[in-house]
Amino acid sequence: MAIKLKELAGKPERLAPGHRFCSGCAEPIIIRQILHAIEEPVVVSMATGCAEVATTMYPTTAYNVPWIHSAFENAATTIAGAEAMYRALVRQGKFPDRDIRFIAFGGDGATYDIGLQFLSGALERGHRFIYVCLNNEAYMNTGIQRSSATPMGAHTTTSPAGTVIPGKVQWRKPLTDIIAAHRIPYVAQAAPSNWRDLMTKARKAAAADGPSFINVFADCNRGWRHATDTTVEVTKLAVDTCYWPLFEVEDGVWKLNYKPREKKPVVEWLKMQGRFRHLFQPQFRHVIDEIQARVDEEWESLLKKCEA
Amino acid sequence: MVVSTKMALDGAHAAAHAMRQINPDVVAAYPITPQTAVVQTFSQYVADGEVDTEFIAVESEHAAMSACVGAAAAGGRVMTATAANGLALMWEVVYIAASMRLPIIMTVVNRALSAPLNIHCDHSDSMGARDAGWIQLYSETAQEAYDNLIQAVRIAEHPDLLLPVMVMQDGFITGHGVERVEVLDDSAVKGFIGTYTPEYSLLDVDHPKTFGAWDMYDYYFEHKRQQTDAMSKAMKVIVDVGKEFGETSGRSYGIFDPYAMEDAELAIMVLSSAGGTARTMVKKLRSEGVKIGLLKPRVFRPFPAQELADALKGVKAVAVLDRSISFGAMDGAGPLFLEVCAALFAAGLKAKVVNYIYGLGGRDIFPQHFEQVASDLQDIAATGKVKSLVNYLGLRE
Repeated sequence: MAIKLKELAGKPERLAPGHRFCSGCAEPIIIRQILHAIEEPVVVSMATGCAEVATTMYPTTAYNVPWIHSAFENAATTIAGAEAMYRALVRQGKFPDRDIRFIAFGGDGATYDIGLQFLSGALERGHRFIYVCLNNEAYMNTGIQRSSATPMGAHTTTSPAGTVIPGKVQWRKPLTDIIAAHRIPYVAQAAPSNWRDLMTKARKAAAADGPSFINVFADCNRGWRHATDTTVEVTKLAVDTCYWPLFEVEDGVWKLNYKPREKKPVVEWLKMQGRFRHLFQPQFRHVIDEIQARVDEEWESLLKKCEA
Repeated sequence: MVVSTKMALDGAHAAAHAMRQINPDVVAAYPITPQTAVVQTFSQYVADGEVDTEFIAVESEHAAMSACVGAAAAGGRVMTATAANGLALMWEVVYIAASMRLPIIMTVVNRALSAPLNIHCDHSDSMGARDAGWIQLYSETAQEAYDNLIQAVRIAEHPDLLLPVMVMQDGFITGHGVERVEVLDDSAVKGFIGTYTPEYSLLDVDHPKTFGAWDMYDYYFEHKRQQTDAMSKAMKVIVDVGKEFGETSGRSYGIFDPYAMEDAELAIMVLSSAGGTARTMVKKLRSEGVKIGLLKPRVFRPFPAQELADALKGVKAVAVLDRSISFGAMDGAGPLFLEVCAALFAAGLKAKVVNYIYGLGGRDIFPQHFEQVASDLQDIAATGKVKSLVNYLGLRE
């Protein structure tokens, strides 16, 4: 299970260079880390979104693995169909057992919002697949619109900061908890800044005998408004402020994978990003306090779950 | 030597029986009245080990077709079934299945679309999907539903086509109506459909392919042209498969099921179960000396425009019955009528045409309705005048 850099360096690329992701985007880093970590042959489905359009503009493809896109909301169901076909063909002796792993990637819009029913259904049915949410906290492909993953206070084009409304007023949906409540074998939250943790989680997900889910924090400098060379820094700070804790739920057992030596104030993370700039105006400063309070509350609740 | 067994089956069970004999690798389906008997009967076959199928009991019809797309791309036989709002919910993926050229087979037990909620038969569901890129076969009886489903496999998987096929039967009227159905031996069905190995499979990890790449103005148009070209090749395949099925079963199928059309001056066109009532009335009118015939289309997509013009040569007046409305179309006509008008005009035929909307939401159609249609046709042929282009049968006004 251990991740060895030397071994990884010698492995062929599954996501080839030459794709069209924006400079500084976290998504290709995450896709590469996950596909690299999984040792078995893979079949990938992907929801409509940035990653999909950045990698497969006909007649080109960035994938050295089988890949399918059907629609926005149904990446989980599409891969479930492929996985069911694989099982059917292997059982009937029509196709060799190649120990294939089935992976679906979807953004937060595809996962938290439009595709939640599809994902929930596929988890309940117990298909053996890994679902990876590339969570950049808004509909970035259509130009930065709010999703239910968008943090409170963030400016997006459909939750704009105005003179009276301070960006998005609602808290984000607790998706990782919702998925964990499905009691599937493996659920995790990860970030590409902590790459060894993310890659270990990908391997654990691949080893799970049933559905697995990884919610990965996917920095988008276009939507979050920061320089293209600070992606890992911003991500790391989200983890160190406990805004995005790294944890896993293995067979129902909650485990914290990373505890910052010093829990940094969330304001440090907020001030790095233009999407929260308006919060520093006097009339909206109270939102920063609210965000800090919610982060603290969720962190305490997570610690309790992990101690139990 | 054709070996078949006579069974008492309703249309839904006839479809499920055909599915059992086809033995698809994957079935993904969701229950909806009046299709439910198909999915629950098939589930029992799975539970009893009578099929090798992976059955995916999905959480919605949109998921049903989504799973079918993933499964079909992974390289095996895939089937589903739905009706009405279920078909409407899967709408997005119905187009995707056809456009990705995946030979999925779907039974549609025709039912009226909401609103208002109604569970009974009309053709608004499948007619709404008429431009989605699927081949559409309409069945008059449980026998036809069974036979069409078996033929659909060969049609869909033909290497020139690779197009999904929808096989329609009328909700409740056919779906829940028990009839005598002659079913083939399992081995005869197996032999007829053969095996299916697609050229490309998502599971071919040694030769990875990208399925469903995004496609801009520089390629999308060409891909749509390829898709429409495939559809234009479908009619020959449908006819060939229909003939071959006749050799296996003793029941041949063509584009139309014509009755008393040889010297007909008047013609009635109607899809599916109402064809039976129409045939009975045509027989009666013929005995009274009226030169009337029935031209019941079996294939609606691709639409047999040239074949229709040939079949209607010499006919003076044609009545087209529609079990759905194309809202906002010419005089609120039905889709079959509009297609017939277009085909006749393009062929330069001068036959008079008249449209009747009937049976919406399961309203019954009776022999006297056909008598009225025949009487109108006689007037139209005699005067050369169509008083009302679109009319309604069995409607309180």
